[in-house]
Amino acid sequence: MFGADLASILLGGLAAGMVLFIISVGLSVTMGLMGFVNLAHGGFAMIGGYIIIGAMDAWGVPFVPALVLGFLAVALISIPLERLVYRPLYGAPELYQVLLTIGLIFVIIAIITMIAGPTSITIRLPPSLSASAQTDLGFITYSTYRLLLIAFGAALMLLLWFGFERTRLGARIRAAVDNRRMAESLGINVARLFTLTFALGSGLAGLGAALSAGFLGGIDTQFAFRYLVLFLIAVAIGGLGRIHGVFVASLVIGTLDFALKLEFPKGGTVFIFVLTILLLLWRPQGLFGKA
Amino acid sequence: MPDRPPRQRISFDAPRRAGSGPRSHWPPQPGAPPAAPSWQESPIVRRHAWRWYEALPWIVAVLVYFALPNLGFATELLIMVLFALSLDLALGYAGIVTLGHAAFFGAGAYTVGLLSIHAGWTEPISGLFAAAAVAGLLGLLSGLVLLRTHGLTLLMLTLSIAALLEELSNQFSDFTGGLDGRNLTFAPILGWFDFDQLYSRTQYIYVLVVLFLLFLIVRRIVYSPFGQSLTGIRENILRMPAVGAPVRWRLVTAYGISAAIAGVAGALLAQATLFMNLTLLGLERSAAVLIMLILGGYGRLYGAFIGVILYWTLQHELSKEFPRFWQLGLGLALIAVALFAQRGVLGLAEDARRMFRRKPAA
Repeated sequence: MFGADLASILLGGLAAGMVLFIISVGLSVTMGLMGFVNLAHGGFAMIGGYIIIGAMDAWGVPFVPALVLGFLAVALISIPLERLVYRPLYGAPELYQVLLTIGLIFVIIAIITMIAGPTSITIRLPPSLSASAQTDLGFITYSTYRLLLIAFGAALMLLLWFGFERTRLGARIRAAVDNRRMAESLGINVARLFTLTFALGSGLAGLGAALSAGFLGGIDTQFAFRYLVLFLIAVAIGGLGRIHGVFVASLVIGTLDFALKLEFPKGGTVFIFVLTILLLLWRPQGLFGKA
Repeated sequence: MPDRPPRQRISFDAPRRAGSGPRSHWPPQPGAPPAAPSWQESPIVRRHAWRWYEALPWIVAVLVYFALPNLGFATELLIMVLFALSLDLALGYAGIVTLGHAAFFGAGAYTVGLLSIHAGWTEPISGLFAAAAVAGLLGLLSGLVLLRTHGLTLLMLTLSIAALLEELSNQFSDFTGGLDGRNLTFAPILGWFDFDQLYSRTQYIYVLVVLFLLFLIVRRIVYSPFGQSLTGIRENILRMPAVGAPVRWRLVTAYGISAAIAGVAGALLAQATLFMNLTLLGLERSAAVLIMLILGGYGRLYGAFIGVILYWTLQHELSKEFPRFWQLGLGLALIAVALFAQRGVLGLAEDARRMFRRKPAA
């Protein structure tokens, strides 16, 4: 049954990679636009996860509407923060951006602890999506939830690809990532574009955190710090502002992380860091980044 | 063309106030050539001179020894000061933004720890030298490859190296103790002073002496021409090669020295607490030391002292008042510093002093 084992590891890794992609894609675009080192992205993701799980628990909102609600809520929360807190530090040295966003993570953790308590909360998925629900694919029976996750991630990638490559908004974002000053002198309002992508990216991250909770069982207040390095690695390897880059990087990192943690539970991720270091030394701008 | 007024020669000397910087001898003044300043007058020597208030932290540190019975925590504060000081050399002076300085701290701690467990090398002072050598070598080697990059890539690489070491230590936890850690034993200092498990009184003096000696070295480095060239690189990385400074080697050297000092700090922590585990290497420690240094004010030697005390006081008071969400206050403080006080508390103090001393416009 080696083939089936391999397939199940690959599918699990693919699902993990999709979650990583959903969370990181917004970070990639906003870092590409403004060069802002936003370590608090995981914090926004965490807010979304808590809102979605909380809404399902407290108000009995069904899963899919809760996801939509969480997406919108995080997007709305992120707009004033971007305007008031992030904006003064555009173009500032990375050091202050790091300090600011670490501070923001602390604040987010504290507020969530106040509201939801310090212990982790578990997600209650509908029975058709729960861990025991399986789908027969012919060659393997596999968790329905993870299969849907893969499908959703792929659909999102297609949607984003369409948005980026075929719409006016996407063309503007691409222009601003490639050359912000040139885009500005052509009359593109990059600041507004940034607010918009920041909100969308944060919303997606919130969605991703909730989806990851279905995958990992729950979410806790250390989420923002624990997975920060993974988000950043996916973005850095993919190349800033390249959605196909972050897609490929997320799938590779997610699959590696999933498979290695399964095979070597103690220190399997060593390989990921070695890979990251070598890749970044070889191509500091990332795999798909502009030289 | 000929009817254009003759160009005014720009004088680089005129607008400077006395003592505000080196006198420029360019463009050459008409008349007698300016006398070369004697070495005591050179601004770098004047800045190097000790000032009375530089004695204050050390006096306080000695008073603390007599005032407190249990010095375990104070010892750890001194060690964090040393760690922050090492980061100051890399970040504050050379401008290397790193999120992985705990890698060197941990490397030093694991050096003395592993030597003690597996090689029976329990002599503490030679252990410090070994820790400095290992961490310094790690800094030089990683610096050689890392310091080609900058900005986000550099940040990611330093982060990844620290994470890599952490994972390695976790992977070989039979050897290193992993997350649960290992208790350590060390021979008495100088063959005479036993490590004090309960009150850490020996450790306090030991750490204070090491901190003072290393501080002297760092202070010396900072005011040396080497240190000045680091500041130059931080301020303008494009101009320094133009004046002939070998930028990359200067950065790598500074990074190596900084790593060696961080290694000594880590070794001191392992010796003082007689314990080592994975948290020595973690991202939390790298982030905390960065925060401490910026809170105090980086690139100014004493920022490390102020920052560590301030961070600790903030954390301690907040967690006493609001045990469940003390992180809120800390986070707000960090945001405020990032937005409004980018040069830290010492920078604020400097601004305030300048405001009160401002003379009527000349």
